[in-house]
Amino acid sequence: MKLTGAEIVCESLLKEGVDVMFGLPGGAILPLYGALSRYPQLRHILCRHEQAAAMAADGYARATGRVGVCAATSGPGATNLVTGIASAHMDSVPIVAITGQVPRPAIGRDAFQECDVTGITLPITKHNYLVMDVADLAPAIKEAFYVARTGRPGPVLVDIPKDVLLGERAEFVWPEQVNIPGYNPPQDADREQVAVAARLINEAERPVILAGHGVLISHAYEELRQLAERAQIPVVTTLLGISAFPTDHYLHAGMPGMHGMAYASLAVDQADLVIALGMRFDDRVTGRLRDFAPRARIIHVDIDPSELHKNIKANAPVLGDLKCVLRQLLPLVERRVHMEWLRRVDSLRAEHPSLRIRDTEALLPQYVMQQLSELTDGKAIIVTGVGQHQMWAAQHYGFKEPNTLITSGGLGAMGFEVPAALGAKVGCPDRTVWSIAGDGGFQMTMCDLATAVESGINVKFAILNNGVLGMVRQWQEFFYNKDYCATVYSANPDFVKLAEAFGITGIRVKDKSQVAPAIQQAMAIPGPVVVDFVIKQDENVYPMIPAGESVGEMMEEPAPEGVQGIR
Amino acid sequence: MVYNGHQQHTITALVQDKPGVLARVASMFRRRGFNIVSLAVGNSEQPGLSRMTFVVNGDRDTVDQVTGQLGKLIDVVRISDLSDQETVARELALIKVETSPANRGEIVQLVNLFRAAIVDVGAKSMVIEITGEEDKINALANLLAPFGIKEMMRTGRVAMVRGQAEGRVSDSVGIGRRGDIMDRARVNYEGV
Ligand SMILES: Cc1ncc(C[n+]2csc(CCOP(=O)(O)OP(=O)(O)O)c2C)c(N)n1
Repeated sequence: MKLTGAEIVCESLLKEGVDVMFGLPGGAILPLYGALSRYPQLRHILCRHEQAAAMAADGYARATGRVGVCAATSGPGATNLVTGIASAHMDSVPIVAITGQVPRPAIGRDAFQECDVTGITLPITKHNYLVMDVADLAPAIKEAFYVARTGRPGPVLVDIPKDVLLGERAEFVWPEQVNIPGYNPPQDADREQVAVAARLINEAERPVILAGHGVLISHAYEELRQLAERAQIPVVTTLLGISAFPTDHYLHAGMPGMHGMAYASLAVDQADLVIALGMRFDDRVTGRLRDFAPRARIIHVDIDPSELHKNIKANAPVLGDLKCVLRQLLPLVERRVHMEWLRRVDSLRAEHPSLRIRDTEALLPQYVMQQLSELTDGKAIIVTGVGQHQMWAAQHYGFKEPNTLITSGGLGAMGFEVPAALGAKVGCPDRTVWSIAGDGGFQMTMCDLATAVESGINVKFAILNNGVLGMVRQWQEFFYNKDYCATVYSANPDFVKLAEAFGITGIRVKDKSQVAPAIQQAMAIPGPVVVDFVIKQDENVYPMIPAGESVGEMMEEPAPEGVQGIR
Repeated sequence: MVYNGHQQHTITALVQDKPGVLARVASMFRRRGFNIVSLAVGNSEQPGLSRMTFVVNGDRDTVDQVTGQLGKLIDVVRISDLSDQETVARELALIKVETSPANRGEIVQLVNLFRAAIVDVGAKSMVIEITGEEDKINALANLLAPFGIKEMMRTGRVAMVRGQAEGRVSDSVGIGRRGDIMDRARVNYEGV
């Protein structure tokens, strides 16, 4: 039986095992929605903004490890996806975005709501397709999913003209396999490369593992733990690598970099070997490149050959899928205990307890995160926005399970916290999902609280409300003579009333003593809740290594009034 | 080859003959800030595949980044880095020079000397076709300049490895690059 293009899209999505997608319709993509109502197996979650659809697909993909799907119409619908797609691209997240396009005869004529979305997304997708023939639809969608999830994952966009969705019909033929000559994502690494890496590990006296997002993407946490334990190597994680190694493990040594823990940065600085696993030496991690790990040899394992030698030249570059590589590597690594080195890292931790929380009456964001960590036993999925609250979440939540921090790391897109949390919860309905928001970022996408209510998505939203664009305010304080130009939000809405307007519970917390009860109350309510934590306005994130500088220039927290909870 | 203080490298890429492939390649070069000296595109010996020849300026690391980033483009099938290889490299140029009855003879002599060809003759101009390496074309252009060059079109370099070899070949995602990465790593490794 011949099907319309729209039906072919639906059938293809089913073949790919898709059961949910996020989107918002419009003229050019309407034929797809016309078919969608006949495919109840494909749950469609209607968002309030296409940016939310893209970011929800991202959150879904990261929480589940499956491809997230979003859909939007041509023109403004498609351009609204762009921030979400760019974020997914920077963070190697597999999403497939389906956009409607004006009918083929109208393309190139500046038709109503025409926009060259394949052109716009060229540099922010792993690949994209403009499908001009209904017979090409099924192969294009199969390829899109394949490209999105294999190798180094990333977003793929499929742009489909309205008349391809609705015009002539075609037989639905699902290709057995994809055929992309020259696209062969690596798996096992070259044995010689692995042997060199093993030799460097066996020779090292002060090794550090620097684990990135790649560990989570290739599901290599078990192998990572084995490697760390086998040779007793401390593990530091990048922001996106957080939760790749349990925070409560004795070899866990924090996060290095701009707002990382001092002891983690210092451990990398003093190491004689950095074993970089599935990370890309982002400037937030390295600081000034020439001063990064100056005493160390570098092993760099990555699946993307263009990452090797890109920012940091490796002594032992290893190209391959991390899980495969670690399995090859493990038998070659000698069991060792670097006693002296482990003691040194421990004393760094004691001398630079970056995570102590001042004992004060003020409501500190760090305290909120620490309480949340305790009350959820470090096992919730934490989805953050971008700014100070993101760093406090990264520093003070004790992540115990893999894949539980979802954050826009590479692009740093504010507004990620609300929609990505919705996507994560849709993907993992049995997990507790907390969205950690800044009051700035929250106001960028809070319209999608309606989506949470409408589609019954039980996310708990914590706003760390300082009434300012906090991270920018901090930079102004440190680097711009305290000129707080355009960072004070003097007319924020009442977030409790706002929650109520959406038909959900809002709780305001102004006092330290209310923190734990509010968190417990929020979790007891069987639906979305907004908790507005009114925190100290001028609290800063420490430590801080200023942009473009290095460990030597690290600013640590000024002398504490009291000490609590050294970790 | 050294040019303006930079090293010039020749890279060829076999690409799928699909709409937009040139835009993808160009977008990548622009975004990463790589400097293309010339780019030539045309059909290859295999149906459905085109071959691009790039000449880029930069050091060894830059060229490795170029090939790495090119390799990530899904439509790119194979990349060969022809730097350090024995190659045949050619460019074609059409040059329209002003002529007068008085200097025509002199121009014809130059054309013969360079084994170029006159492909069009008008009342006040002629079009000269020349094929060769860039230096040769530059030399002829310099000699013709005093007569007045009205228009010049150059194709950019196309290049091929002599004999059996094919340059340092890379599949689009990496497999072939392994040897390359190891070569450089070992140099590094000894250096530590
Ligand atoms: C979309 C977007 N616009 C601007 C920025 C620049 N920026 C980075 S952090 C920040 C402040 C964020 O404020 P808020 O969400 O309230 O979080 P806080 O830092 O106060 O915790 C801004 C404006 C950004 N990262 N993303």
